[in-house]
Amino acid sequence: MRTTRLAFAALAVTLAAGCSSSGTVEEPQAVAPAGPVALTYWTWAPNMDKIAEVWNQANPDIKVTVSKQAGGDDAAAKFLTAAKAGNAPDLVQAEYQHLPSFVAADAVADLAADTAAIKGEFSQGLWGLVTLGTDGVYAIPQDSGPMMLYYRKDLFEKYKIAVPRTWDEYAEAARTVHKADPKVYLGSFSSKDPGWFAGLAQQAGAQWWTIAGDAWKVGINDAATTKVAEFWGGLVAEGVIDDQPYFTPEWNKALNEGTQLSWPSAVWGPGVLESNAPDGKGKWAVAPLPQWSAGENSSGFWGGSSTAISSGTKNKAAALKFATWLNTDPAALDLLVKEAFIYPASGKGQASLGEPPAYFAESQPDFWTQAAAIGATARGFTFGPNVGVTYNAYKDGFDKALQDKSAFGGAVTFMQEATVADMQKSGFTLED
Amino acid sequence: MTPQRLIPTGILLIGALYCLLPVSWVLVSATKSPGELFTLGTFTPGTGLLDNLAELNSYRNGVFWKWMANTAFYAGGGALLSTVVSAVAGFALAKYRFRGRNLIFNVLIGGVLVPSVVLAVPQYLLFAKIGLADTYWAVLLPQILHPYGIYLARIYAGAAVPDSLLEAGRIDGGSEWRLLGRVGVPLMVPGMVTIFLFQFVAIWNNFLLPFIMLGDDGKFPLTVGLYTLLAAGANQPSLYNLIVTGALLSIIPLIALFLTMQRYWRTDLSGGAVKG
Repeated sequence: MRTTRLAFAALAVTLAAGCSSSGTVEEPQAVAPAGPVALTYWTWAPNMDKIAEVWNQANPDIKVTVSKQAGGDDAAAKFLTAAKAGNAPDLVQAEYQHLPSFVAADAVADLAADTAAIKGEFSQGLWGLVTLGTDGVYAIPQDSGPMMLYYRKDLFEKYKIAVPRTWDEYAEAARTVHKADPKVYLGSFSSKDPGWFAGLAQQAGAQWWTIAGDAWKVGINDAATTKVAEFWGGLVAEGVIDDQPYFTPEWNKALNEGTQLSWPSAVWGPGVLESNAPDGKGKWAVAPLPQWSAGENSSGFWGGSSTAISSGTKNKAAALKFATWLNTDPAALDLLVKEAFIYPASGKGQASLGEPPAYFAESQPDFWTQAAAIGATARGFTFGPNVGVTYNAYKDGFDKALQDKSAFGGAVTFMQEATVADMQKSGFTLED
Repeated sequence: MTPQRLIPTGILLIGALYCLLPVSWVLVSATKSPGELFTLGTFTPGTGLLDNLAELNSYRNGVFWKWMANTAFYAGGGALLSTVVSAVAGFALAKYRFRGRNLIFNVLIGGVLVPSVVLAVPQYLLFAKIGLADTYWAVLLPQILHPYGIYLARIYAGAAVPDSLLEAGRIDGGSEWRLLGRVGVPLMVPGMVTIFLFQFVAIWNNFLLPFIMLGDDGKFPLTVGLYTLLAAGANQPSLYNLIVTGALLSIIPLIALFLTMQRYWRTDLSGGAVKG
């Protein structure tokens, strides 16, 4: 008796939550014989509530309520806690690097049986991020962040440097610029942005985690990652690259004033530049990331997320229907591009990317063509179940290396050791 | 001024500066447009205050005001209930002798030592079990029992309510509840105001509990709501100008509350001085 009452109370709460936050006036409806399915969706993408409203208009039998959350690592922790309490939303936005921790906690449903039809919409690199290299499919890709080099076109001309095609040329350009004006740097190494470093490691061909059967293999200190770390360590030690973290007021100021001339970033960079460096409008351009050897052509991913379905949902079919529509239907993709300002993961979404971002309208009118060409060369890697630990170790390790002026290779070893120790403690089987 | 007075005054001035500097930063920054925020000098006023306010007001159909109302509800309701519970419990602990009194009090003192942050996740799991997670109750209930408030109320009742007065009331035939209402509470008002203000500020600024408890963004308080603007995901720029403006607006009610409640605090302090 008691269980039934509790279950009923929980249901009532869910329904109330589903109805109260839509923000629109509830229209009096004729009582439908079988009530519509109510789904909750946790996301931080802007204007997602408007996009869900478009779906709700067209699909009165599946009502999606968006609850806008804070993004980032805390969002993942919150979802995992909610899932543990049996209280998770039906749908959740999952950053690619957090998806494995959701899978390890059995918090998201395996969609392999129903997603064969849409697999072809996504590039192999992106699809790998939601399968984790297994037979399962744990989410539908939504947006992606292929990396490229943003640079100040006018100031590159002023300091007479060419757009670097290799990292060696990048280092040379850094020296030239800093020599010409000691206040000016070509760029900055950020010890606070592990996602950025992971993207650069992906470009170099790193494989931080691999799943072999039931065992995990951790290779964060592989040759590729060490090469990337030591390249930046060398430039920082030489003093020709700045070492302030990205997204800080100082860094914003340096970009805005033109004392930092470039930024290896992802396709979502225009939004950041526009709000943090407004004076640079019409002066920035993009190029592929510098390569490790001439003639190569590859990139990595920084950021990007997917739509996962909670394993605890009672309406998996309805949730999947919405998630599929959201991420593969041309009309929905168009809304994602124009309302939520994301770079769509689905190939079909490219059609919606017409006008270049206003910030680049003068200096790079073919922004989206460039982005698509670069995006096709981006490769990811499988993320592990404890990326949070690895990312924190990145911040601690590289902060310390900067402070002690020690070799960056040590920080990579520290990341590897911290990650392995945590996985062993959590009971994962590790392959030697 | 003698050196004896100069030193304390100096320390107080430094303390005041330390507290007011961040507030003045918020005040000045709220006047800057997004373009000015990182380019103008730190304490140079900008020109974007009205635009910021208008943008914040229209952000997601005015959800900011909903968060403000939620915060006022959580802080006002929670602090009021907490004050009532603290006053009754503190009065009982100070004025009645009963078995287990010291045990209860020691447990409460132990409770003061446990940071509420530690309890947030277990509380969430409990509330989820009884189906109350993601409701207004989930944020209100855990903040009603406030060990420090009970502790303060007990100390205050012990000092401010003379036993002789209660004895006189009993001889006149007043019931115990009547004694609490007619004798205890009026004497304890300054102490209760202190507890109310403490708890109001604590709930107003609380982040972790509502962050974990609430999934529905329509029930968020300001702290959690503004955080969604800050952590907008790796690929969205943070809406710094709205956050700073929102932070400024969110402290105005606190300032107003303190100014109106100040007079009770003054009686509190002077009352203590005379009795001291």
